[in-house]
Amino acid sequence: MKRIVFLSGKGGTGKTTLASVFARCVEDVTVVDADVDAANLHLVFRPEIEETGIYRGSSVAVRDDEACTGCGRCREVCRFDAIDADLEIDPLACEGCGACVTACPVDALRLVERPSGEWYVGRAARHPMVGAELYPGEEVSGKLVSVIREKADQIAKDEGSKRIAIDGSPGIGCPVIASTTGTQVAVLVTEPSRSGLHDLERILGVVRHFGVPAYLILNKADLSESLAEEIEAYAGREGLPLLGRIPYDERVLASLRVGRSPSDDPESPAGRAMAEAIAALMEEIG
Amino acid sequence: MKIAVASGKGGTGKTLVAVNLASVVAFERPTALVDCDVEAPNDHLFMKPTLGVPKPVCKRVPVIDEERCTLCGACSEACEFGAIAVIRNRVMVFDELCHGCGRCGLVCPSDAIREIDHPLGVIERGMAGDIAFGHGRLHIGEAMASPIIAELKRTTPERDWVILDAPPGTACSVITTLHGVDGVLLVTEPTPFGLHDLRAAVGVVRTLELRAGVVINREGTGDEDVERYCQDEGLPILLRIPFDRRIAEVGAEARVLVDALPEWRDHFAKLARDAEDLIA
Repeated sequence: MKRIVFLSGKGGTGKTTLASVFARCVEDVTVVDADVDAANLHLVFRPEIEETGIYRGSSVAVRDDEACTGCGRCREVCRFDAIDADLEIDPLACEGCGACVTACPVDALRLVERPSGEWYVGRAARHPMVGAELYPGEEVSGKLVSVIREKADQIAKDEGSKRIAIDGSPGIGCPVIASTTGTQVAVLVTEPSRSGLHDLERILGVVRHFGVPAYLILNKADLSESLAEEIEAYAGREGLPLLGRIPYDERVLASLRVGRSPSDDPESPAGRAMAEAIAALMEEIG
Repeated sequence: MKIAVASGKGGTGKTLVAVNLASVVAFERPTALVDCDVEAPNDHLFMKPTLGVPKPVCKRVPVIDEERCTLCGACSEACEFGAIAVIRNRVMVFDELCHGCGRCGLVCPSDAIREIDHPLGVIERGMAGDIAFGHGRLHIGEAMASPIIAELKRTTPERDWVILDAPPGTACSVITTLHGVDGVLLVTEPTPFGLHDLRAAVGVVRTLELRAGVVINREGTGDEDVERYCQDEGLPILLRIPFDRRIAEVGAEARVLVDALPEWRDHFAKLARDAEDLIA
């Protein structure tokens, strides 16, 4: 089984769109929407939800005011500025580490598990699909990604899926690392801009750090010819194979708006180019 | 005043709004621009600041003194993040899972734990014209962005205007950025993805009880859903930026819009006034 992750560093370059095309064009895929704090893939596929659950992956410190003597030891040991001068605990700043619980001389503090997000398992027209939404401000995005990836692995095993496609989040931090580890292929989606190139360099660093072979797709390629050339030259120097150049095409948006993958629109030049890029990927990885 | 530029979805134009707002405000008022997207920082590409020496940001991770350690396992039991394990006759520390909270040191009965610095990234400061500029960079392979953002904010100089360019999403790094600001500009685009993620961002803003206005970028696709949503939620739309190939090209080359197309100066000056009114 192969796990293919779609990443970009910079947001808004077209990860989700390309992941949706992959899921439409390739057989035997289980799809994971791992952009848990801005999940969008379900808007394209509108899966029928079969199972949902609440993920409790983090804790928050809670004080028993009766027992508290106000000594302030908790505030002294907290490294996250989560306890103020009046010893009030800020649940959004609390890391859930329990240092205060250990430090309290009168056992007035304890950790309480809190819900940090919701996951779902569902089925789109052609494939099973797993995703999650992190509650605002939660810090366990990486753990939530790991939870849904385990579910996807199980489904793929049960159904004999040959591939798992993972739509990752922007950036290079916690959820991106959780989406990247243990994958066999990374598809990096960028756009011809200085920011796109800068962030491509960073995400390529991450996937190479984890030893995952990477491929490049240049989306909205005609928005700047000079930057497109610069990015292609960069990819050449880095030995990063270019799978395709996708033209800017307003029909892509029109497709997404009605919950359709752009590759299902025969009139869309970008949809065709995306399908060709995915076909080129399949040639490479089998 | 401190104002953050945020969005749920990535790539909606946060950087566009932040760098242009800063450029316009700085004509009249002492201004600081802080790029809090330490995973994918881009503001410096537009502002071309002269930057000082990078300052490392670290977390404190435990090191076990094997002479003193009795393998009792108290540290491993106490760690909420699974970052310490007792395996046979030694204690393993997984630095990448450690949150640097120090609890293991507090529970160790044999005083066998000391801490060392584990670098997470760097912050860099400098000037871009009259603008006090700062940004951070998370090291490749590191997961924790929030401590870098917190340090970046803590060391930002006082200015009349402090503009914080937030990372995308709604997770902890966004909360760290928004903590203590006077107001938020939410940048979105009129697409189903843009609307879905705007709702999530509004959820964060409401949780933190912050005032917010909206900037709609790449307008003109005929999608009215974002406008309707903003009306229903009582969110003022402070600026609309049309989809225009010229704007896209200027952005692609990392040029500042108000410099390249000066007709945009008035629009961003108005955005600054409206943002000030919103907060007042």
